[in-house]
Amino acid sequence: MEQKIEPQELALTKKDFESDQMVKWCPGCGDHAILKSVENVFPLVGQQMGYKKEEFVVVSGIGCSSRFPYYMNTYGIHGIHGRAAALAMGIKLTNPKLSVWMISGDGDSMAIGGNHFIHIARRNPDINYLMFNNKIYGLTKGQYSPTTPKGQKTKTSPQGTFETPFNPGELAIGARGKFFARVVDTNPKLMQKVFLEAALHHGASIVEILQNCVIFNNKIHALITGRETKFDNQIILEAGKPMLFGKEHEKGLVLEGTRLKVVKLGENGITEKDILVHDPTTEDAGIHMMLASMAPPEFPAALGVIRSVKSETLEDAIWNSVEHEKQVSPYKNVDDLLNSGNTWEID
Amino acid sequence: MTTKKDKVVELEEAVVRFAGDSGDGMQLTGNLFSDSTAFAGNDFATFPDFPSEIRAPQGTVSGVSGFQIHFGHKNIHTTGDLADVLVAMNPASLKANLKWIKKDAIIIVDIDAFTEKNLTKAGWESNPLEDNTLTGHLVIQAPLSNMTRESVKDLDLDNKSALKSKNMFALGIIFYLFNRDYKKTFSFFETKFKKNPIVVEANKKVLEAGYNYAETLEAFTNTYRIEKASLTKGRYRNVTGNLATAWGLLAASERSGRHIYLGSYPITPATDILQELAKHKQFNCVTQQAEDEIAGVVSTIGGSFAGALAITSTSGPGLSLKSEAIGLAVMTELPMVIVDVQRGGPSTGLPTKSEQSDLMQALYGRNGEAPAIVMAATSATDAFYTAYEAAKLAMEHMTPVILLTDGSIGNGSEVFKIPHVADLPSINPPLAKANDPDYKPYKRDADKLSRLWAIPGTPGLRHRLGGLEKEDITGNVSQDPLNHQKMTDLRQEKVMRVANYIPELKVEGDEEGDVLVVGWGSTHGVLITAVEEMRAEGKSISLAQFKHIMPLPKNVHEVFSKFKKIIVCEINMGQFVNYLRMTHPEFKYEQYNKVQGLPFMVSELKTKFDTLLNA
Repeated sequence: MEQKIEPQELALTKKDFESDQMVKWCPGCGDHAILKSVENVFPLVGQQMGYKKEEFVVVSGIGCSSRFPYYMNTYGIHGIHGRAAALAMGIKLTNPKLSVWMISGDGDSMAIGGNHFIHIARRNPDINYLMFNNKIYGLTKGQYSPTTPKGQKTKTSPQGTFETPFNPGELAIGARGKFFARVVDTNPKLMQKVFLEAALHHGASIVEILQNCVIFNNKIHALITGRETKFDNQIILEAGKPMLFGKEHEKGLVLEGTRLKVVKLGENGITEKDILVHDPTTEDAGIHMMLASMAPPEFPAALGVIRSVKSETLEDAIWNSVEHEKQVSPYKNVDDLLNSGNTWEID
Repeated sequence: MTTKKDKVVELEEAVVRFAGDSGDGMQLTGNLFSDSTAFAGNDFATFPDFPSEIRAPQGTVSGVSGFQIHFGHKNIHTTGDLADVLVAMNPASLKANLKWIKKDAIIIVDIDAFTEKNLTKAGWESNPLEDNTLTGHLVIQAPLSNMTRESVKDLDLDNKSALKSKNMFALGIIFYLFNRDYKKTFSFFETKFKKNPIVVEANKKVLEAGYNYAETLEAFTNTYRIEKASLTKGRYRNVTGNLATAWGLLAASERSGRHIYLGSYPITPATDILQELAKHKQFNCVTQQAEDEIAGVVSTIGGSFAGALAITSTSGPGLSLKSEAIGLAVMTELPMVIVDVQRGGPSTGLPTKSEQSDLMQALYGRNGEAPAIVMAATSATDAFYTAYEAAKLAMEHMTPVILLTDGSIGNGSEVFKIPHVADLPSINPPLAKANDPDYKPYKRDADKLSRLWAIPGTPGLRHRLGGLEKEDITGNVSQDPLNHQKMTDLRQEKVMRVANYIPELKVEGDEEGDVLVVGWGSTHGVLITAVEEMRAEGKSISLAQFKHIMPLPKNVHEVFSKFKKIIVCEINMGQFVNYLRMTHPEFKYEQYNKVQGLPFMVSELKTKFDTLLNA
């Protein structure tokens, strides 16, 4: 008799997660690169964390990015606008053994779902939250979002927006989030590295992906991602390494008073020893907040894992409580409960 | 003076109403009297009547909190129209409750609270104890506050703490009046105030003092006794509808083997369900107090996708917020129970008062063609069975179920015959089998039309669900016109076929006659009381109380066609009657409606039905 090999006994590959559905994002959309990176990361997550392919769940809200679950061969659910975080939480709390990935955009997460965003950050369930930030509403064809720069003209702001935008990193950290990272859709290597770190972090891992909408907000991140401009306008943070950037790593960040400052190595006697060393693990969020806030032209935008602090997850707290209650509760079954307290017998 | 026992009169039933400031402990007093009523073997039903403010201005009518109990020797279906005994702790509670008592009711007041200032606050122009306002009543003017202080003077208590137990003095008087053993209540104090022995002592002393005061007073010409009710053999307890709902769901979880995920946001009068389930983690019952109503229901859909018995509990305004998400549950055909403990609306409305006005919202309050099962519990104890059935139908038919209860049964309590969980019907969710080569997300059961529940983590069943229309069988996203028609028809038909799995509509009384009274949900108690009283008077009248609303039982036409007249009674402006006019247009319907934040009274119903019979 022929030996039957269970598919999951074989090492997972990218192919295991590719869907047979036609991907309908616009040609040139940053989402394609993100999808590829996620498909590449899942086998690594499976390998390193012991998840089988049926234990991945991809959850989304509404928007271009939120079509994501249909393009992955996993368990998936495409929810309603802004509420993916709640959907993901219900899944994770019900079955903590699942690797839950949540896909959302800046409209979905920062506007209609803003409330859920801050609460998932503070509650800290072990969910990997990928937020595609293209600073525009794409699916509804070009209205401003809560991350659109002030003054930008869009279909609903013909005179330019009048509103101060959110910085998602500030919001995540301000909401007492324990993990925040930022990547760009033009750097697949960094995306895969950071997505894997997000998965390995036991808690809510929020990753902002600076993603380009080729139709309605093309080149919105060009300064940070441009072939020539990126060296002066992005800094890739690595734990334990000095915060250096520039084409030749000739620039760095120092703390001057209570503020960060960009310095040049060799100028004014500055050496590598003066440069801040990145520590994403400090509970104190002061420096993390400043790093998340940095933006060109004064500062480079911070990429990589900005904050990663260990903390009990929501599902661990709940299920530990379940186990404890099983030990101490006087009720072993529902009959016990129904018969508890004041009862009386009628003969 | 020698103590004497007053003449004991046997009664069939009685209604007692406790009323005081919302900080006076009237709910506790009422609950302790209910416990004592249970020990006495009577059947009973209770209803708390309190303002939505936690501590409305002291001494004002708007701050009055009440608790009514109806108990008796026969079966008790209602919380009683008018009270036989009123305890009024201050002028405001007397003012607020005079219209809810019988013409010859006994009134017990705290005379110490009838000061000039309190009378003015309550809006009395002259002292009702001194003018002829209370003519016809036996009024016991007891110096409750002073005697309470006096009875605890040996204990180390300040004035404020001492007065806290004055409600127990009142309870002592009522215990005497109904020949109850006050010592049975002592154990309650010992448990409740375990950490504070002085408070235990104070409450015991005050309760005893109240009892002795009534005994020595010679003001009552009679005391009363009510024979044990003729309840069937078994073990009994007292439950509120909210408690019964929570327990019914726990029982369904145990029988189905699906652990509970409850995502809810606190809202009056539904919060008790969340609070109760939060206590029972030992049954793998996971509860999450969500950041809002929407997160509550959406996380519940997540829980359902992941394989839980998924529940969200709310009241009318919360159901409005949940409607988009319920549509997602309809589209993804995931099971969940949405409990709506209805209250007076629209908007914030009357948060602590009861109404049946969310029916249309439950049936139709979603975008698109979005059918869901709608059911309604008919009493506090029935909430246990209806919640159990709601969970069973949701899981077995893979659909959201909206379970309507309301403030009157949610907060009201009744005597509950404790069932055995093993005796309840089995629950068999249609779980997809691992590595089933034929699994397709929207392949359906031939009879129920339900799809399979394929739970993440199960090998070989990976699939995607979502709010976009899906292709029949495969579940791929589809915009095909004929497919959308087909899926819309299937979702509707799936819910309609639930009619094959629910009991038929029953008639209480003769199955044919002059008048059929029709009600749904919580009004059963008062409607059956009115109908039974009129039948005892020889009138041709019967009752059909609906519990299943979407779909309706299959025999509605057959039942309705045997009566000359049909009158539909509901605590709204006619939502169910209009639904019947739509689903069964072949009949002519009379209607009786009321939205005053109050239940029907037996007397008003009888008057209305008499008019109909004589017309």
